[in-house]
Parts: sequence; structure tokens; C-alpha cells
Amino acid sequence: MAIGVKVVRRPSGTTSYLRATLKGMALTFKHLVDPRKVTLQYPDEKPELAPRWRGTHRMAVHADGRPKCVACGLCPTICPANCIRLVPGEDDQGNRYPIVYEIDEFRCIFCGMCQEVCPVEAIHVGQDYENSEYTRERFVYDLDRLMAQDHPLTALWDPSDPLSE
Amino acid sequence: MHDVGALSRTAFLIVSATMVVGVFTLIMVAVALFTLLERRLSAWIQDRLGPNRVGPQGILQPVADGLKNLLKEETYPAQASRIYFLLAPMLSITPALITFAVVPFAAPLPTPWGLVEMVIADLPIGILYILALTSLGVYGIVMAGWSSNNKYAFLGGLRASAQMVSYEVGLGLSLIPVFMLAGNVTLTQVVWTQQEELGLWLALPLGLAFFLFVISAFAETNRLPFDLAEAESELITGYHTEYSSMKFSMFFIAEYSNVLTASALMATLFLGGWDIPFWQGDDMRVVAPGVVQGALPAWWKTLLTLGVFAGKTVFFVFLFMWVRWTVPRFRYDQVMHLGWKVMLPTALAYITLVGTSMLVLDALDVPFGLRYGLFLTAVNLVAAIVFLWLLDRDRVIGGATYRRLPRTALRREPPLVTAGEGVVLPNDGT
Repeated sequence: MAIGVKVVRRPSGTTSYLRATLKGMALTFKHLVDPRKVTLQYPDEKPELAPRWRGTHRMAVHADGRPKCVACGLCPTICPANCIRLVPGEDDQGNRYPIVYEIDEFRCIFCGMCQEVCPVEAIHVGQDYENSEYTRERFVYDLDRLMAQDHPLTALWDPSDPLSE
Repeated sequence: MHDVGALSRTAFLIVSATMVVGVFTLIMVAVALFTLLERRLSAWIQDRLGPNRVGPQGILQPVADGLKNLLKEETYPAQASRIYFLLAPMLSITPALITFAVVPFAAPLPTPWGLVEMVIADLPIGILYILALTSLGVYGIVMAGWSSNNKYAFLGGLRASAQMVSYEVGLGLSLIPVFMLAGNVTLTQVVWTQQEELGLWLALPLGLAFFLFVISAFAETNRLPFDLAEAESELITGYHTEYSSMKFSMFFIAEYSNVLTASALMATLFLGGWDIPFWQGDDMRVVAPGVVQGALPAWWKTLLTLGVFAGKTVFFVFLFMWVRWTVPRFRYDQVMHLGWKVMLPTALAYITLVGTSMLVLDALDVPFGLRYGLFLTAVNLVAAIVFLWLLDRDRVIGGATYRRLPRTALRREPPLVTAGEGVVLPNDGT
């Protein structure tokens, strides 16, 4: 008994479960008739997501339909899962734009650092979790798909309001 | 006495066949619904909702489960003994289904062809038949455990047989006071005793026997405080570990029909069967084919009593489930201890007590009736209080709050080994 184990001596002849059983049954009955249940009936009821809950990505677009992304390369650099593939391009006015912008949502760990690092607030993580597909390839989201997403965006952490109040 | 007219031989055969099919169907449907009820009750007890998507309130869930189980692949363990492996579910389900045959489930029904007794077979040996068949049920479980050639299944079967043999004793002995009062083992006679002769449901004059019977019935049906045969945490699922698809399902149908039969028995033996309390209009019994003693039978009385009987049975089924989702599983030695050292002596002492009281009452020339019953109720009350006091005098197990121990025994023992220099460790031999 070097580590102070508590030993409860229960002689088997002097033990009983009767009143404890009745007490337990009263408790279970209380829960049985209690109308408050914790089950969320999922397809009919959706969970309420926290404002900083992070799901699949969304690319912000300009009013004329171009992606806001300027192909600076910060997000593929910071991505810890290395899931963003970016091929930058430049038009005749010298504006950089992404020729290829792909996010492999299977590799993504949804840390949200791409959103934090983006200088033009182009790439965001969003509040979407209903994203099942039939093939693995469909989980690599290309630029068009990222721009077509329309779910709510994840709020960034605000240092002046650290608890999101 | 009312002569309603007996059934002719042909009519009797037709009526019997119809009743067999009808009751069988009813039991199967009830069992299917009980699986749903159990899942929903357990869910509600755990603050969940349970299956409610298939049909309104999940009422079609058993159908979906049945279909799924029929379409699933059957697997046979390579080393299993094929014949016994196939035989086991059948042996398990058959006794469970045919036990119900002797339970009277409603008042006799007058028809244009004669009087129909609402029991499939009113056997003169009644309850003995039930005791015999419930102990047959263990063969299915033992065979399943043995033939699977799997150590968990084997252990499950072993435990089931030990447990059922032990509690068979308590079950049988707790019924003897009932027979002493009814003077017969026929279930219709037991119902009649409670309706008319004693005018009391036997749960009152024989409350302790009722209590013992309920506990034994839980053990006999392998339901939760006693479900050692399929203890999931230790034995995977015990005797049906190796079973799949419909054969697996059959064990569950067997279990739920056993629950149904046990509930019907509790209702019949101790809660007056199909008797409606405080009403004499349904007190009747068939003394000869077509001849009824007591009130006049009518079709609406049959329906009403059937409803009352179903209500009592469902109440006990509910009790089974309620207890299952409250009480954790006993340890094996606790089960044996309860069976042999508590149930058996209590049942024996209770038989002696009831027998003595009956002798005293007979010697005092008390007529067999309500007064007789009330006296027995008083005796039973005293016996129950003594029993409960012996079993439970301030000894509720509650971990650290175990109050009968001296305070010092609960205190943490001081650590023997203290870190530091110059301390000689007690166990290093220096």
C-alpha cells in the first residue's frame, strides 16, 4: 500500500443493493419522463456553430467576379499541412493573379492560418461541414469551386476581444 | 352457474388453431415492438431520443431491423460444430414461444358455437409445464456457447447454465406459497382464487414470494442485473458471439419472448391475471365445457379483461427494462451468493411461515376468503419488513460513504516511502 490505495472492506454477507437500487430507479425514472433531451435531430436540426468554428474554404471575389487573391504565396508558405497549390500569374497591367489555386481539403487540418495570413482577405475558412463526396478527387477544391462556395465565413480572432464577447 | 353451451369437436379444433396462430402472431408483434420500446426507453433514460426516424415515432424500426437481419450474410465459424450451432437458436426460441400456451389472457368468450376459453391449453399441470420449459431454454444457450468453439461463447454458456440452475430453485420455491393458497397448479384456478375465493391479488398476501419471484424471473430471463451470460464488457456478447444475421436475431426474439412470458406470469400469478380490480362483473371460471361459474360472460368483458391483462403485462415488461437501464451487472460470485444464500433460505422460511399461518387460520376456523387473505397480508407485511431489515439495515454500498466502517479505515494510509536523504526504505533489506 505504498501509494495510499483506499481499501473499502465490504464483507459480502453484509452488503445490500436494495435501497440503492430503488434510489437509482427513481433517478432513471426522472430522466425517463424529463422532456429535455440532448439529441440533435441532425438533418432537421443543425447545430449552432461558434463564430470562430472553422470548416471548408471560400475564396472572396471582386464585384466583377475576379478572385481577390493576388497570388502572393503566403498561404501555401504558412500552411502546416502543405495542402494549398498556387501557380501565380501576372496580367499585362502587372497585376498578379492565381492561375492555379487548389486546396486539398483532405490534407487540410483547418487551422485557419491561411485566412489569418492573407493580406487581402481573399482566402477564408468557413462554417461548412456538409461536404461529402463520392470520390477522393472531388475533395481537391479548385479556384472556381472555392469562389462558388457561399457559406458564412469564420470570424478571425480579435486580440482586443480575446474571448469573443 | 351459467350454461353457455360447449363447443363441438370441430369448432374446438378450429378455435384452437385460430387461437394458436393468433397468439403466436401477437407475441411476435409484441416482441418486435418490445425491442423498439427497449431502445426508446433506454434512450429516454439516458436523455436521448432513440430510433424515431422509421415510420411515426420509429414504429417501423423493428421491420427495418428484421429485414436487415434477413439479408445479412450468415457466417459459420470454421471450427464450430455445425449441427449444434444450427440447433441452438431453435432450441432457444421454441421454449420461449410455447410457454405462453398455458397463460389465460382474458375472460371466457361466449360465441354462437359455444363458450371459448381464452387460453390456448388450460393444462392441469399449468405452472409445472412453464417451469419445465423455462429450464429447457438454457439448453439453447449452453449449446450455442459450446458449439461455437469460442472461449467467450463457452464461458457465457457456462455462466448461463450455472445461473439458471441456481435461480430455478428460487423460482420454484417462491411459487409454492401460491399453490398452497390456490390449492392447484392450474393457472385458471390461480386466477379464480384471486378473483373470487380470496378476493385479493396474491401480491398482497404473498408479497415476499412475489418479490423473490420477480428477482428469479430476472435471472431466468438473463436480463440485466443478471445478464452474465452475455456480459459485454468481459465476454464480448457471450453465447451468441459467433452468431450472425437471423440466427443472432432469434436469440433476441427468444429473450424478449421470455421477458413477455415472465411478465405475463407475474401478472397472472400475483396481480390477478385478467381480473379487473374492485369489480365483480368479470369474476368467472369455466367449471365444465360450456358451464361458467360466477358472472355471466360477455364479449365486451372478454375485450376489457384482455386489455387489463395486456396492461399488467406491459407494466412488468416496462419494469424489466427500467431495471435493466438502472442497475449495473452483478459479479458472478454475487449472483451465486444471492441465489443460494439469500433467495433459497428466504423462500424456504417463507414457505414455512405461510404454511404455519394457514394451519393456524384453519385451526381458528377462519373461512377461506377476504379475512383469511387480510390476515396473511399482515403476516406478510411483518415478514417483508423483517426481510428487508435483515437485507438492508443501513448498509447501502456507496464507495467512500460506506458508513459502518470506522472512520480511520477510510483515511488514506500515509505514504511509507518518503523522498529525502537519510531515509531508510522499509523494503530494501538493509
